[in-house]
Amino acid sequence: MAEAVAFYFLSACILGFAVLVITTRDTVHSVLFLVLDFLFVAALYVLLGAQFLAAIQILVYAGGIVVLYLFVVMLVNLKRPPEAHHDPHRRTGWGFALSMAVLVELAAVGAYSYARPAPPLAAAGTPAMPVTGNTEQVGWLLYTSYLIPFEIASILLLVAMIGAIVLAKREL
Amino acid sequence: MVDAIVIPLVKIVVVLNATLVAVTYMVLLERKVIAWAQSRLGPMRVGPYGILQPIADAVKLMIKEDITPNRADRWVFTAAPIISMVPALIVYAVIPFGPEISMFGRKVSLYITDINVGLLYVVSVASVGVYGIILAGYASNSKFPLLASLRASAQLISYEVAVTLTLVSVILMAGTLSMVGIVNAQYNQRVWFIFVQPLAFAFVLIGGLAETNRAPFDLPEAEQELTGGFHTEYSGMRFALFFLAEYANMIVVSSVVTTLFLGGWLRPFPNTTHLFGIIPLRPLDFVPSWIWFFLKSFAFLYLFIWVRATLPRYRYDQLMRLGWKVLIPLAIVNLVVTGIVKVLLL
Repeated sequence: MAEAVAFYFLSACILGFAVLVITTRDTVHSVLFLVLDFLFVAALYVLLGAQFLAAIQILVYAGGIVVLYLFVVMLVNLKRPPEAHHDPHRRTGWGFALSMAVLVELAAVGAYSYARPAPPLAAAGTPAMPVTGNTEQVGWLLYTSYLIPFEIASILLLVAMIGAIVLAKREL
Repeated sequence: MVDAIVIPLVKIVVVLNATLVAVTYMVLLERKVIAWAQSRLGPMRVGPYGILQPIADAVKLMIKEDITPNRADRWVFTAAPIISMVPALIVYAVIPFGPEISMFGRKVSLYITDINVGLLYVVSVASVGVYGIILAGYASNSKFPLLASLRASAQLISYEVAVTLTLVSVILMAGTLSMVGIVNAQYNQRVWFIFVQPLAFAFVLIGGLAETNRAPFDLPEAEQELTGGFHTEYSGMRFALFFLAEYANMIVVSSVVTTLFLGGWLRPFPNTTHLFGIIPLRPLDFVPSWIWFFLKSFAFLYLFIWVRATLPRYRYDQLMRLGWKVLIPLAIVNLVVTGIVKVLLL
């Protein structure tokens, strides 16, 4: 009961702040609502018993990435409303089609997982974990069942890092 | 009922009050120590040897006029001091001042809670504290605070990366993220981690100075160039909150360094009864564990003040170069070496 109340309260806060992020006029306020949103998502993780994820969520998103956003937003004067000028490069039709495709994909994923709920981890053939503790279990799963997705994600991050360096440095 | 609610509440009240008193007296200590370093007397008027000076300061700050600039972003301006104060205080939830002891016939632990991601909790809460400084500078709508807050955000992000990477090698040594677990690991491995991770100790200390905006890295509040920095436009109690947050963060850094590298509440040579087989160490056991913790933390607080009185301020580009080109690569090397040694030898 208490858990359900906490869940609905947190979810309502998350959705409410998410709406505020995109409706607020002042860009800095919008970024601040984003921080609040991330904090409530972390609270949701704690509710699910994933303390490690919660701490990482705050450390990486609220404490790291959004500080960089704020840094940029403060340097750029966005007080002026955007002018309604015609952008010759804007392809409205393509954008609409792409976002529809993404929407359909998300709906398909949702429908699929509703029709066939994922089996619990133990039934999926995962060997019993020899470790206890939240952090240890995350590490164990990353290096056994999810090794390949983990490595692919690392490579993706490496590529992004190299890309950022190439973009930032005119000459290497 | 008593164990679940009353005891934690009492602990929270005690820790918060002790922290706030300690913070006000840190200000006096800092003024006194810097005065001694410069052959002055420091505050002498209020009470014997100026011992009541913090109370006079607090009263003065509370009855001062509280000004909000006309062009300021009112909500953010009000929230900024709160945002910098709250993380500085809630970190104390996981700092272990001592082990479990029996008190009034009950088992009471001398820490508010021991969560299994304790160290990560400290790091992530500290990373949220940055917002106080950034927002104060932004909301003031004034040149110097804005410059200071840009400096602060760049500085804090850079040093956070270095410190967090360094902490990973300590976690590797301890095999746990729990603060109590780290102290116990030092007991079980029969060595304080400062002796096996001296580089990590140095990096965390330097990073701690930078993250608390202390000299020689106090660029966000450099008086000579920024007229006080991010809190230029603040007055009265709101200004005091920034001040309190800075000193509370100093105490946090000292406590964390004590816990990670100096064996927390453990007495010196915790596993031996006789040093070199002749010097008896039993008498040290009569000193309560939390006294050891406070002595060690106090040494670091003194070091912080000493550094401020001694070292000139860094230039901004030097600060950035030290963070990105020295500390972060060395932290990664330290991490890799720790991992290899741990796998090969242990």
